[in-house]
Amino acid sequence: MRIGVPKENFAGECRVATTPDVAAQLIKLGFDVSVETGAGAKSSFSDNAYRDAGCDVVATTADLWSQSDIVMKVRGPDDQEAAQLRSDQTLISFLWPGQNPELLEKLTGTGATVLAMDSVPRISRAQKMDALSSMANIAGYRAVVEAAQHIGRFFTGQITAAGKVPPAKVLVIGAGVAGLAAIGAAKSMGAIVRSFDTRPEVKEQIESMDAEFLMLDFEDEDGSGEGGYAKVMSDEFIKAEMELFAEQAKDIDIIITTALIPGKPAPRLITAETARSMRDGSVIVDLAAEQGGNCELTVPGEVTVDSGVTIIGYTDLPSRLAAQSSQLYATNLRHLLTDMTPEKDGKIVVDFEDEVVRGTTVCKDGETTWPPPAPKLSAAPPKAAPAPEPVVEKEKKPRSFVGPAIGMALAGVALLGLGAVAPASFMAHFTVFVLACFVGYMVIWNVTAALHTPLMSVTNAISSIIVIGALMQISSDNPLTMWIAAVTVGITSINIAGGFAVTRRMLEMFRK
Amino acid sequence: MINAGIVTVSYIIATILFILALGGLSNQETARRGNWYGIIGMAIALIATILGVVTAQYTILLVALLIGGSIGLFAASRVQMTQMPELVAILHSLVGVAAVAVGYVNFMDPTEHLTGVELTIHDIETYLGILIGAVTFSGSVIAFGKLSGRISGNPMILPARHWLNLGLLIGAIWFGREFVMQSAAGTGMEPLIIMTVIALLFGIHMVMAIGGADMPVVVSMLNSYSGWAASATGFMLGNDLLIVTGALVGSSGAILSYIMCRAMNRKFLAVIAGGFGTGGGSPAAAGGGEDQGEVVPVEPLETAELLSNAKEVMIIPGYGMAVAQAQHTVFEITRTLREKGVNVRFGIHPVAGRMPGHMNVLLAEAKVPYDIVYEMDEINEDFPDVDVSVVIGANDIVNPSALTDPDSPIAGMPVLECWKGKVSIVLKRSMATGYAGVQNPLFFLDNTRMLFGDAKATLDEVLKAL
Repeated sequence: MRIGVPKENFAGECRVATTPDVAAQLIKLGFDVSVETGAGAKSSFSDNAYRDAGCDVVATTADLWSQSDIVMKVRGPDDQEAAQLRSDQTLISFLWPGQNPELLEKLTGTGATVLAMDSVPRISRAQKMDALSSMANIAGYRAVVEAAQHIGRFFTGQITAAGKVPPAKVLVIGAGVAGLAAIGAAKSMGAIVRSFDTRPEVKEQIESMDAEFLMLDFEDEDGSGEGGYAKVMSDEFIKAEMELFAEQAKDIDIIITTALIPGKPAPRLITAETARSMRDGSVIVDLAAEQGGNCELTVPGEVTVDSGVTIIGYTDLPSRLAAQSSQLYATNLRHLLTDMTPEKDGKIVVDFEDEVVRGTTVCKDGETTWPPPAPKLSAAPPKAAPAPEPVVEKEKKPRSFVGPAIGMALAGVALLGLGAVAPASFMAHFTVFVLACFVGYMVIWNVTAALHTPLMSVTNAISSIIVIGALMQISSDNPLTMWIAAVTVGITSINIAGGFAVTRRMLEMFRK
Repeated sequence: MINAGIVTVSYIIATILFILALGGLSNQETARRGNWYGIIGMAIALIATILGVVTAQYTILLVALLIGGSIGLFAASRVQMTQMPELVAILHSLVGVAAVAVGYVNFMDPTEHLTGVELTIHDIETYLGILIGAVTFSGSVIAFGKLSGRISGNPMILPARHWLNLGLLIGAIWFGREFVMQSAAGTGMEPLIIMTVIALLFGIHMVMAIGGADMPVVVSMLNSYSGWAASATGFMLGNDLLIVTGALVGSSGAILSYIMCRAMNRKFLAVIAGGFGTGGGSPAAAGGGEDQGEVVPVEPLETAELLSNAKEVMIIPGYGMAVAQAQHTVFEITRTLREKGVNVRFGIHPVAGRMPGHMNVLLAEAKVPYDIVYEMDEINEDFPDVDVSVVIGANDIVNPSALTDPDSPIAGMPVLECWKGKVSIVLKRSMATGYAGVQNPLFFLDNTRMLFGDAKATLDEVLKAL
């Protein structure tokens, strides 16, 4: 089958749906790949690079659409593109079917198979195809870069001959993929990073990136919704949250907001008043701008300055890192195609038994198949993982002294009884025996666990000291006794030689 | 040739050298010296006995020593390190045989004439020496068969096996009484032979009922028995060197058994009674029955990438590594990664493998430096800093449900907490459960990747990709 990659025609879109590297891997899967001329130019992939990878470069959009079996795009198709789609074709791109019902209807009408990369179910197996996460990661990184561009200061603290520079303080609201990427980028540039999220389970992730998790002193309200996303919080919670931000804003240089709730407008978390209370020169980067913004002052797609505070409302952050995002997006697409090409013969199979393909496909054979049935599993770790303590605690019952005391008493009586009847010679040997047990106990506990195998082989060798018993008997006049003793000597000497030799061999191997 | 005093002094020197030999094993630097102490001690004891006690048949004696010694040296130089548990088991059986033989010969010896309490005590000593020796012998032979794969490793559970054991025990005690009474009358061979048969059956039955992964306990327990057998023989012969050495070995084996049991959070008696998860506790299905979600498979190429991008790598070997003979490839990977500046360490669970310390020996054979091989207790708290953990052919020892699920058959067993690291790669042939028959939730965690296939083959591919 032929894969066609047209040039993105949306204004300002710099990404492309495949890179030369990924195209080469698709060709290995048995596909032919056509690329529209100039498709990769804005993400720094030249036509020649695609040719070198084995792609055909096609001059016009119309040709490309007519010859392809599978069309891969970044942005969803516009009206003109949708009209070109044939019923035997497959289209894969971002689509946002929930927000664009008319587009979905139109695509369904064409009879084509359409897969929406934004609808890949959030299950472990599909992580490698999760283009939303890939893009969010890039957006988070780019948000820090944009902030750095506008802040006019260092991120890292320095002590120079000209004086001391304090480190920048960054607040990241919402610690999803984008938030964590922003935390990582800001942290590695040297800033002090604080972060807030309504989902308590991300506290550990935030702290693992060395950022500080801002606690909200609020009775337990868990903000985790379905699929690992956040959900709408109660009014009181939002009030408390906004108070926290208002207080933090006075101390913070950069706020990066990433708070989104699926299918809902972005929550307003930074009021105009809070934003204006920040120091002059401070920056707010609003990653939720497309959904209306977390900040009241955000203008989607624009950079505005209000009372000395720069508010960045770009909605195309991944596209501003086009080479990187094209590469990750193309790889996500490749993983999806690999899963859909089980025979590796360049023919895709739309298998509705496959949970991932089922969830991603939004229309097929003239029927709308979106939304898919609810996924079976959530990507969030199951909450029912209680701390290990309870089990351990149970084991450590307070030790009763009664049992050992009775045991000791019995042992004492037995020993006394033995002493009463046993002859002196036996008692002498018995003394030696008991002392030897204790010496053994003390010595063996010092043996390092790594040497337990050599310990066993060496104890095995010295336990053949039993050979002395046989040696005492070998001089007997009775031939039967003598021969049994001789055989015993032979057997035990296997043990002596073998035990010591193998111990030596093992110990020779232990080296630093 | 030399008098009794000198023999005794030699025995004392040998005793001290044996204690030093065991003490030397406290760390790798002194271990080799310790082994030499043991060899010297044994040589002194042998020479003193031959010169001071033996009066005739020197030729036969020397021939026996030479033949046995050569066989021993030959076996020791040929054995594969993965076969160490088998070798140790079969060597234990030899001590058992020797104890039985010495006991019988001593009983048949007409020169000793004891009476009264002394005779009774001597008879009991003889009886115990033979009993323990016989159990050690048959148990070790079965353990050898199981470890070398000649006998199925699955526990053989006879119906009413506890009653059978009890019956054998009562039989042994009854015939012991018979033996002491008949011996006073000058006979007693009959009960002695019956008891020996009972002891042999008991040894077979006991080890047959124990499954493959409990072998570390069995091997160390047999180690202990071989010591007690020597000790009992020492009492019988009135020889302090045998008593002391036997007690040293016996307590050594007992401590090892205890350490192994503690590492599995199981009672010694429960292990010895055999069968896993059958003696009370919930069936395995309770822990693993529910749908656990999906596993994320990974390719060798991706594994290599993950490894070379990591800073901290932890390798957790299990019995599967020994089976696949993958330790040399593991070492090559370790070396390659260390040259790239990756900090590779090994985390060893006490019961990994089929014998205490088995993994350490395998890794040492593959030339892994011992200072990067750590015990579970030393490294368990380091896991949050580990980028990639590689679990090779291990299952139960990395099972989180031991800590989280109080109903799990392995609840409370200390495990290597590799899931606290960033990524765990689990090498496995299939999704089959481990020895305990418990499903392992680790495989279904988000940060776990499964690398299916034979450990050696897949690791070779990883190495190539590195």
